Amino acid sequence: MTTLLASLLLAVATTQHTPEPATGEHGHPAVEAGAAEHAEQHGAKEHGGGHGAAHEESLSDVMLGHVSDGYVLEYPGYCHGGFSAECETDLKEVFGDSLVFGSVDMTPTKHLIMLWLASIVMLVVVMAAVAKKSIVPRGLYNFVETLVQFVRVEIAKKNIGEHDGDRFVPYLVTAFFFILFVNLFGLVPWAATATGNVAVTMALATFTFFITQYAAIRAQGLGGWLKHLTGGVSPLLWPIMIPVEILGLFTKPFALTIRLFANMIAGHIVILSLLGLIFALGSPFVAVGSVPMALAIFALEVFVAFVQAYIFTMLSSLFIGQGLVHHGGHDEGHGGAGEPGMGHAGGDHAHGSHVAGNAPGHG
Amino acid sequence: MTNTALAFLSAGFGAGLAVLGAGLGIGRLAAAGLDGTARQPTAAGDIRTSLIIAAALIEGVTLFAIVVCVLLAIKA
Repeated sequence: MTTLLASLLLAVATTQHTPEPATGEHGHPAVEAGAAEHAEQHGAKEHGGGHGAAHEESLSDVMLGHVSDGYVLEYPGYCHGGFSAECETDLKEVFGDSLVFGSVDMTPTKHLIMLWLASIVMLVVVMAAVAKKSIVPRGLYNFVETLVQFVRVEIAKKNIGEHDGDRFVPYLVTAFFFILFVNLFGLVPWAATATGNVAVTMALATFTFFITQYAAIRAQGLGGWLKHLTGGVSPLLWPIMIPVEILGLFTKPFALTIRLFANMIAGHIVILSLLGLIFALGSPFVAVGSVPMALAIFALEVFVAFVQAYIFTMLSSLFIGQGLVHHGGHDEGHGGAGEPGMGHAGGDHAHGSHVAGNAPGHG
Repeated sequence: MTNTALAFLSAGFGAGLAVLGAGLGIGRLAAAGLDGTARQPTAAGDIRTSLIIAAALIEGVTLFAIVVCVLLAIKA
């Protein structure tokens, strides 16, 4: 994915300032035909070039307009007399100035609406799953329980520990399902990926940050936590050590933020770039190669949605576990806490030997 | 060369270098993972999990660089 994104970056950059006349003539009829045909066939976000409004936008403007946040909701429906695939609702017109408080504009945006929709879908699915509880799980309940069990055993208990893990399972399960549903929502036609917004991923990472610090303070006490900020050096080095350690506190949530944001955005930009090649090169025959590739990247995106939800949850649990491992005088220092290895706290070696115990030659 | 041209050029170079780093890193990771699976096929599940996690982390770091390149290409 990074390969394709890198190779298409230059293509995007060079089309940004090309004059329109060359591609304009057979670009626009191809654009309309291409947009209509693709919207029926594949249902992905293809109506990028066919906007009735701004023909003067460059390709990269259209692409970035699709992945970034805005006040305009697009959906298929009945508007301007008849069924149209491009009904628009400008949320600024709907709410006007009622949610603008001074310089803070709280009008809902497209990504916020997507977050709400994804949350509603998630709640409906999970509540429908637990509506029919039975001793032998089947159907949707079985599926949801598999995922929750996976998060609880493989992620929470392995990284946080046996008896502390259950306290953080609600947050981890919520994070996992929420990120998963929001990521998958971005692949639905006419919807947007809210986790492709730095603000959303930063909010999620902030939650992890607060819960991590809460877990650490709860385990080590406020004094112990502050003592870790000094890093165990002599008081003469504290003026250097403490700001560095405070900055170090923020690197992990920052990495979480950028990882989730960039992974989600990169996939969408690659798909849009591949389809934008059709418009950049101006010929509909480019679609023969471009659309199957975009479909392959689309399948990869589904996989990445799951993997990124899992990675976020797993790293959150790892950070929480690292904060908890220091209580009880189990001080390993900060060097050993750097790797993402599984099975940190004391009695977790039993998990590691499940496989090794079955192999031949392992007495 | 104007600032805009330099920004586009550096965006392209940066993206290429980032992919170079990611490819090398994840390639070595895959080699080690395949080695381990070949030596002990019963550990394939655990190794696969570690592979995915490490690949996602390496890719996360690479995407830092890609984000910088995208910023250069957009804001130029």
